[in-house]
Amino acid sequence: MFRTALRNVLAHKARLLMTVLAVMLGVAFVSGTLVFTDTFGNAYKNKSAKSFDHVSVAIQPEGGSYNESGDDGEAKKPPRLTDALLKKTQNLPGADSAIGGVMDFTALADKDGKLVGGDWGTSGANYYPGKDGKDPRYDFTEGAAPKSAGEIALDSRTAGRTGYKVGDTVRYSTDGPVRQARISGVFDTEDGSVLAGGSLVVFDNDTAMKVLGKSQYDEIDVKAAAGTSETALKSSVEKILPKETVALSGAQLSDDQEAMIEEQTSAMSQVLLIFAGIALFVGIFIIANTFTMLVAQRTKELALMRAIGASRRQVTRSVLIEAFLVGLAAAVTGFTLGIGVAMGLESLMNSAGASLPDGPLVIAPTTIVVALVIGVVVTMLAAWLPGRRAAKIPPVAAMNSVHATPTTRGLVVRNTIGSIIVALGTVMLFMDDNYVKAGGAGVILVGVIVLTPLLSRPFIAASAPLLKPFGVTGKLSRLNAVRNPRRTASTASALMIGLTLITAMTVVATSMGSAINKMAADSLKADYTVSMANYQPLAPEIREKLDKLPDVEASSPLRPAYGELGDSYTEVSGVDEKAFGKLVSLDFTSGSLANLTGASTLVDKETADDEGLKTGDTVPVKFDDGKTAELKVAGVYEQNEMLNGLFAPLAVVDPHLSKVTDQQVMVKMKDGVSDRAEDAIVKALGDNPAIKIQDKNAINNEIAGAINLLLNMLYGLLAMAILIAVLGVINTLAMSVFERKHEIGMMRAIGLDRAKVKQMVRLEAIIISLFGAVLGIGLGLFMGWVAGDSISGTVKTYTMEIPFGRIAVFLCIAGLVGVLAAMWPARSAAKLNPLMAIKSE
Amino acid sequence: MTTMPLADRATTVAARASELSKVYGHGETQVVALDRVSVDFRQAEFTAIMGPSGSGKSTLMHCVAGLDSFSSGSVRIGDTELGSLKDKQLTKLRRDKIGFIFQAFNLLPTLTALENITLPMDIAGRKPDKEWLNRVIGMVGLADRLSHRPTELSGGQQQRVAVARALASRPDIIFGDEPTGNLDSRSGAEVLGFLRNSVREMGQTVVMVTHDPVAAAYADRVIFLADGRIVDEMLSPTADGVLDRMKAFDAKGRTS
Repeated sequence: MFRTALRNVLAHKARLLMTVLAVMLGVAFVSGTLVFTDTFGNAYKNKSAKSFDHVSVAIQPEGGSYNESGDDGEAKKPPRLTDALLKKTQNLPGADSAIGGVMDFTALADKDGKLVGGDWGTSGANYYPGKDGKDPRYDFTEGAAPKSAGEIALDSRTAGRTGYKVGDTVRYSTDGPVRQARISGVFDTEDGSVLAGGSLVVFDNDTAMKVLGKSQYDEIDVKAAAGTSETALKSSVEKILPKETVALSGAQLSDDQEAMIEEQTSAMSQVLLIFAGIALFVGIFIIANTFTMLVAQRTKELALMRAIGASRRQVTRSVLIEAFLVGLAAAVTGFTLGIGVAMGLESLMNSAGASLPDGPLVIAPTTIVVALVIGVVVTMLAAWLPGRRAAKIPPVAAMNSVHATPTTRGLVVRNTIGSIIVALGTVMLFMDDNYVKAGGAGVILVGVIVLTPLLSRPFIAASAPLLKPFGVTGKLSRLNAVRNPRRTASTASALMIGLTLITAMTVVATSMGSAINKMAADSLKADYTVSMANYQPLAPEIREKLDKLPDVEASSPLRPAYGELGDSYTEVSGVDEKAFGKLVSLDFTSGSLANLTGASTLVDKETADDEGLKTGDTVPVKFDDGKTAELKVAGVYEQNEMLNGLFAPLAVVDPHLSKVTDQQVMVKMKDGVSDRAEDAIVKALGDNPAIKIQDKNAINNEIAGAINLLLNMLYGLLAMAILIAVLGVINTLAMSVFERKHEIGMMRAIGLDRAKVKQMVRLEAIIISLFGAVLGIGLGLFMGWVAGDSISGTVKTYTMEIPFGRIAVFLCIAGLVGVLAAMWPARSAAKLNPLMAIKSE
Repeated sequence: MTTMPLADRATTVAARASELSKVYGHGETQVVALDRVSVDFRQAEFTAIMGPSGSGKSTLMHCVAGLDSFSSGSVRIGDTELGSLKDKQLTKLRRDKIGFIFQAFNLLPTLTALENITLPMDIAGRKPDKEWLNRVIGMVGLADRLSHRPTELSGGQQQRVAVARALASRPDIIFGDEPTGNLDSRSGAEVLGFLRNSVREMGQTVVMVTHDPVAAAYADRVIFLADGRIVDEMLSPTADGVLDRMKAFDAKGRTS
């Protein structure tokens, strides 16, 4: 049995090619993902382990480091990680050295005055020289460490990116004024934020504490003296620990970091594996097609085997052994290709600026096993049904001279099952639960896949008028496309799946984008919003400065405070009640902005409904400082994603804040948005790279950019599924041409020329591709609609938008897929010699 | 059986092969399929080509019909010399001047009987001559089967569709490659009858390859091929006469 299976595989090499390619690509995707994430995670781990070299024990505030600003309304706690503590730890027996570290947002301007490294990119830290005068965290490659307030050092990657050299003067800002400093040196570091692609600047210790606004260290790192173990050091550190601080061993820190990296990489690999799974699923259709054809072609041979005594089980097994061999070959090549994919991904990410750490390629044994098992199992699974069908061939078929035509039997069963599945999915759609709804959409997708053979007939019949200009070849290609509805259906399904996902995601993304645009346009009247680049609080002086500008018509801060209103914990934004109406437009259900004077507040409708409030009521709001204010409800408005919560005059909010800061400042100019206006604002704020000034369009562009980036990534990931679907179209056409050799030969004999033969095959490919595309796009729109239905519950301005432009592009691509896929089968069809074809077997 | 003298009917030649040779392979493995064959197929004449397997009878037909290339010599269909034609021109010639009936794989299963009949004209983008079409369909007796698909027709009916298709475009010459090879004797007789009628009544030219003496007896003239050469010719043949002639070749073949 094994030998016949092997012979069969070898005999049908060419016909199995597309199947092998499909499985291979799927396996390559899976193993590439696994190898890449393993390699990446391993390199990251090695790097981060190194960054803990100088830490035997770390002292951190309870609840983690880098978290002491005290701005969020809480009462300030006295500093714990002080110089005194640092001195004490340095003098501990068993401590070799101890350094204190601080780090916080620092905006560094590049040569054009723009912020380096994006919104969250640049951090600033201190240079804390140890006993040897060096800070072990930084390894200077050029120049020297900063020694005074006028000096700063850059990490080497940022230096390379910006073109700054030692001796250059740079501008930077933390949350105060813009400062200037001379670059004293450039360093390499293993710091996590830099490894993740961020930028780092380093100040001398005193300057760092001052400009980063620190009253204590974020962390004190103690290095054990030779001969002292981490645990011993840790217990002696614990004896001097002040309140609300913890001591962590270097091993613990390293483990925590490792766990975090693990979590991040596994999240990434899960996303990639989902798409790999989609690609493999698509591949199943091609494999099933190929094996169905192989079985159909070998009907006589298999019947002969049955006639001479092979059991049904043996026949099925021989088909499955073939599938096993094909799957194994494809998995092995796919795995090899996957290693290439992993390396490609790495250089792709690096060229996209993600700067991954270098490390050796990690090929885990599990990866090899997973790749091989997936390749083999998927192939055998897809070949199982054709194998079953092979077993049903009666021995007498060997004696029949008649070609066993593929039966249409079974379609009735299939259609019934499909209809039931679709009905079930439709019922699920009408359920209240969003998860059930989403599941319903998925169930309908499965049902439609089952029903595609049924759908293929009316769809392809409907294409007749479009094919009219092609005359008889158009007609023949249309008839050929429905000759084997199962095969056409599974070929089209492969394409359909990819396009369904692509269309659904495009619909949701574009609708979401314009919903947000609309929201911004509807609710914001301000020309500019001013905020910190890292969304840290703004000093209230910023608004004062802006308000004094001659071009400014109105301005108001959004000054966040928090408080309890009945059972709701809500944000109370302090606004300039006189200017607010010019900057936003609120959709009042009752009351108006005019009432917002004195101890009053605007309440969003949801809170009002929850608390049973109406305009004119007076409500107590208990602020976070523990004091309660009695506020009169000036109006109730419809909230949205941009404007929600309570709005109260600044005078109401200010007394309850420990430190008055603004989230953002909204500005309306006398002459609207202009370069001049923006320049004026920038100049008034001291050309500060840390301050972000956005006009309305910039807000919209930022959202659109993010949505497009996400979409393009998804398109890229789904490209593999589409590619495999193309292989499926090629496969199907090659089969069609092979099966219709005689027919094509006869037509060549009675006068169909080569060009027309090619045209006929090409048109068939285009029909099948477009069938898949139209089904996919239709289903995608439907899915988009289902998803939108639940989104519009939370995002009020969401209305489904059909991206006609993109859909047209998808259809064109599908048509092109048909043309490309038909190239090789059409050529071989045209090359058929009429004589070879009409001579009987 | 008596027929009119051939000379009285027509003298125009529909197709002519002169010094036609077809050689496969080189040197040691060289096989001569046709050896300087010269033959005329006259208009409005029904010719059968006979010969044992491997005699070159099919090769001769394929070469004359523009389906196969030849090594030397010349072939003319009407005034057109085939040797110099490219594939595209050959295809056009087959489409417009030649009709074909094959042993099997004659019809497209996706098309109805009528659509199969008009296929050559559809390919050419021509409208069929309605009157002629009806006459042809009437002759083969398919008027009530036109909307059926080949799978719904018997073997004999399928071959009648093929005959109608060959006749429908009024070609200069019709070639049949064992047209009755897959049919039972009654259906075969019907098809041959139609072919003979098309020659007698419509003035059609038919050339048919067969190994069946009964089929050959329907022809006006039988050409006997052996080892790539024309070895004999019989006018107004009868089945017995053809059979005797064949037996004689076989006997010669066995003794030589």
